[in-house]
Amino acid sequence: MPDQEQPPPLGAQEDAATRAVTVGAATPEPDAARSLWSDAWHDLRRNPVFLVSALLIVFLVLIALWPGLIASQDPQRCQLGRSLQGPSSGHWFGFDTQGCDVYTRTVHGARASIAVGVCATLGVALLGAVVGGLAGFLGGFWDTLLSRLTDVFFGIPMVLGAIVFLSMITLSGIWPVVLVIAALGWPQIARIARGSVITVARNDYVQAARALGAGNTRMLLRHITPNAVAPVIVMATIMLGTFIALEATLSYLGVGLRPPTVSWGVDISAASDGMQFRNAPHILLYPAAALSVTVLAFIMLGDAVRDALDPKLR
Amino acid sequence: MRGSTRNRLTGAVAGVMAVALAVTACGGGDGSGGGGGGSFVRASWGDPQHPLEPANTNEVQGGKVLDMIFRGLKRYNPETGEAEDAMAESIETDDQRTFTVTIEDGWTFSDGTPVTAKSYVDAWNYGAHIDNAQIASYFFQFIEGYDEVHPVDEGAEATADTLSGLEVVDDHTFTVRLTEPFSLWPETLGYAAYAPLPQAFFDDHDAWLDKPIGNGPYKIDSYSRSQSMRLVRNDAYAGDDKAKNDGVELRVYTDNNTAYTDLQAGNLDLIDDVPASQLANIGNDLGDRYINQPAGIIQTVSFPLYDKDWKGEDGAKLRRGLSMAIDREEITSQIFHDTRTPAGDFTSPVLGEAGGYKEGLCGDACDYDPEGARELIEEAGGLPGGKVTLTSNVDTGSHRQWMDAVCNSINNALNDTGACTVNPVPTFADFRNRVTGHEMTGMFRTGWQMDYPLIQNFLQPLYYTDASSNDSGYSSEEFDRLIDEANAASEEDEAIEKFQQAEEVLAEDLPAIPLWYQNGTAGYSERLDGVKLNPFSVPVFTDITVD
Amino acid sequence: MGRYVLRRLIQMIPVFVGATFLIFVMVYALGDPVSALFGDRGPDPATAKALREEFNLDKPVWQQYLLYMGDILTGDFGTAFNGEPVTALMDRAFPISFRLMVTALVFEMLIGITLGVITGLRRGRSLDTSVLVLTLAVIAVPTFVLGTTAQYFLGVEFGWIDPAVSPDARLDELIVPGLILSLVSLAYVTRLTRTSVAENTRADYIRTAVAKGLPRRRVTVRHLLRNSLIPVITYLGADVGTLMAGAIVTERIFNIQGVGYQLYQGILRQNSPTVVGFVVVLVLIFLLANLLVDLMYAVLDPRIRYA
Repeated sequence: MPDQEQPPPLGAQEDAATRAVTVGAATPEPDAARSLWSDAWHDLRRNPVFLVSALLIVFLVLIALWPGLIASQDPQRCQLGRSLQGPSSGHWFGFDTQGCDVYTRTVHGARASIAVGVCATLGVALLGAVVGGLAGFLGGFWDTLLSRLTDVFFGIPMVLGAIVFLSMITLSGIWPVVLVIAALGWPQIARIARGSVITVARNDYVQAARALGAGNTRMLLRHITPNAVAPVIVMATIMLGTFIALEATLSYLGVGLRPPTVSWGVDISAASDGMQFRNAPHILLYPAAALSVTVLAFIMLGDAVRDALDPKLR
Repeated sequence: MRGSTRNRLTGAVAGVMAVALAVTACGGGDGSGGGGGGSFVRASWGDPQHPLEPANTNEVQGGKVLDMIFRGLKRYNPETGEAEDAMAESIETDDQRTFTVTIEDGWTFSDGTPVTAKSYVDAWNYGAHIDNAQIASYFFQFIEGYDEVHPVDEGAEATADTLSGLEVVDDHTFTVRLTEPFSLWPETLGYAAYAPLPQAFFDDHDAWLDKPIGNGPYKIDSYSRSQSMRLVRNDAYAGDDKAKNDGVELRVYTDNNTAYTDLQAGNLDLIDDVPASQLANIGNDLGDRYINQPAGIIQTVSFPLYDKDWKGEDGAKLRRGLSMAIDREEITSQIFHDTRTPAGDFTSPVLGEAGGYKEGLCGDACDYDPEGARELIEEAGGLPGGKVTLTSNVDTGSHRQWMDAVCNSINNALNDTGACTVNPVPTFADFRNRVTGHEMTGMFRTGWQMDYPLIQNFLQPLYYTDASSNDSGYSSEEFDRLIDEANAASEEDEAIEKFQQAEEVLAEDLPAIPLWYQNGTAGYSERLDGVKLNPFSVPVFTDITVD
Repeated sequence: MGRYVLRRLIQMIPVFVGATFLIFVMVYALGDPVSALFGDRGPDPATAKALREEFNLDKPVWQQYLLYMGDILTGDFGTAFNGEPVTALMDRAFPISFRLMVTALVFEMLIGITLGVITGLRRGRSLDTSVLVLTLAVIAVPTFVLGTTAQYFLGVEFGWIDPAVSPDARLDELIVPGLILSLVSLAYVTRLTRTSVAENTRADYIRTAVAKGLPRRRVTVRHLLRNSLIPVITYLGADVGTLMAGAIVTERIFNIQGVGYQLYQGILRQNSPTVVGFVVVLVLIFLLANLLVDLMYAVLDPRIRYA
């Protein structure tokens, strides 16, 4: 399948229709990656949405790596006597049910939450896009095989899978949770990616490229992926948020992150337990707000990247 | 085929609901005495975990129904918890081992057949027999011949069909012979497993399960499994505690919080076991229509005494130190809103002083003393590996919250935020498998809901060597000897004194540390009056009146 | 077309066997369910043994699986631990969950696609931004919070709905639970539609259609929407199963004894007949929904043909 000897074409900048022809002409071009990905980068650097979201993400990552920068207390230092006390000077976000400082826990929760969200999303998106993309692109027997494999995994309820896996896996840290989400979350993306690839593969320029003898690898990387990737990115950016929230559900069921790990999910589910937020909304508000900002940053980033990758928007 | 079953089913349910709606709609003003009328209590219910057979029920939701449709030889007084004669006219013994039971005349099952001595003997034989795999068959283990119908070893076949210790004398008399003297045995007879069963139970078992027939103050009018049950007053009931309302409609809720919301919205009259987190608002929501009273439940934390870290002198010091590091007062007030009471012994206040409850028996070990705790643990060479875990299942009952609070309390006392960590286990089944498989390495949750209000029930099954619920693997010759002596005692006072001595051995050894006594809670609507809970935290439905 | 459908139906058999076996092994891996039946009391070995025999738990896993599948083919799905046949549970749960799923799906299609088209046509405007903010709120605030809050205000404070759904689970009772259930999916549908629409507005055939002077509405509905829907339809098809099986939280809050609730109870009590029985039917529904989606591709995109 790989056809390295044939240098990839230039001309990803052109309009889709003309592009198909250029592709077919197979004009030699030494640095192939430049045509699409470096162009995207060129666009991105000028996109304010990208800049804002990137800054936000850098900030969040910094906090995740060194929470001590802005929160000096110990998130595990909790005194029940201060249970549910509202915000005050020195403790801006108030205290939760256990009497822990909500501000400290929100800051310290960034690490596990963002790590779970990003890693699980990457895992799901890669696995799903590869399996689904190949199924849609190769068609025929492979499509059948991969699609049916997807179906098998689709049938497993997430909660069941999580309870089974996580009561058997004894790894510590975030990895068991990431593994479970990746192992059970990919079929959704796979279906989307397959549908998207099928649509794109029927486009004239792709047909033209194929007719002109473009190899499989190049077809996939040059023509299909950039055009079919949009739905996957959109799904992935939202999934990131839902995975952080899913971690909360799993933690709540006792199969998520093991104590003493602090995460937004753990705090949100603790606040939700039996409507405690009815009396003390602050215990829900802050971790949920942190989660929102993170998801917002990634959705904006996803949008910007998607736009930059879309040749039709140039 | 499926469609037709479904239609029939939904049809039936719709019918029930229509009746129920009609009934509740005209409920106002009819009073409790109305003949065809509508003073029905709409109460929350949970799906019973086992088929509704007397000897196959070991949890509150099934027990709730059995308490309404059955009356056995004894009944526990809803207020004092004392075992009083219900169907029993007399239970006599000379040697604390052979009992002659005489039952009252005039009792009938709701299908019209009389309740006789045979109804009891047949029911107990059924409950005990291994082939029927009844969850609560251990209740019959005291009766002679139990080993033959219910061999202990896994896979062994029964060698007899009936308990040799049971014998029908005449329609109203039967004798029971126990394997060894047990002076308080008659007091255990209020438990549902000892209920009599009608011939219909044996003739057509499936039909009986679809609509159980009993001899209690209520009879079942209709039953849609895992959805609802409608009980009406049994007018032929021969007991004293006749129902003061026309009936009860039990509704299964998927979540107690939902039931609570439904109560607020006026669609439900009675919810027992109010979710802890709603308690902060209950004053606003319900005013004084809220009950919070002691029940026969104690929560403890046990230690794996089979693990070398927790053995010996140092282990004992560690256990005592950890117990002293837990601020029970603060946790019961902040987390449980006073629906738990800090525990000072191994029993329950519902037993009463006369029944063996002794406040403060646990001594200093149950008092919060962070400094003392730190010293003791240091003396013992510190926690094993510098830390300890607290393990429990987290799928039911908001365990996570108090576990966090207990660990935080220990951490604060020891001034080390990493000393105690919570170890949540996803399912109850998994947790119990690990506990009974002796796989624990640190503290783990243990709780006990009494089967009958006797001090014996709080001690023997939990701490006697190799007893069925001795999860910590505790074994003390002195404790076992005192229990044996207590059981053989001919006077109740003497027995209770011996039990308390045994309990003091526990307080010294601390195989488990008492945390708190759990209360029963209930909230009810303005329509109801006379709502109370019995010591098993089950509402006394017969006494409820409806406006 | 007919042959394609037939082929897909035949392919369901291995998927079905694979999925059920996987589930069976997983439930088996959870461990022994019997000791939990005894509550806090240690199990009595003889009774436990008798119970294991009754539920075939004493046999090796492959044998249990074969016995179970054999029974299923004769229509016997086994018995739950409370003595009720699993078929009776399914008879009740599936119709309820189906209605709930349809309600949620209708919300997703009506609200999600509408919002998606509008925001896709007006990217970057204030409406687009407000929808984004709403999306974020839905993702960041757990269903549990939204559900209980809606239940409390609509059910208790305003008294517009009954907080708990009756055992019949009539369609009108399922409107609020259905909306709550659909919220997260709504976020996906809106974002997917928005992207797809935004992309297709630049496509040649839209330009051509506009250039031809076709009315705006017609261009939007006939050309733009139709071509933008493939990822959305794929998502919705996959969501059918998730909505039916994954409504655990919603069903618990609103007292709906549907598939998610029963499945979760089955998992907690490690009751394989319930879990496997429900999943068997769910897998069938997944497969049919996916088949339907694949057929829809051909309807939406004339270039796709199934032979």
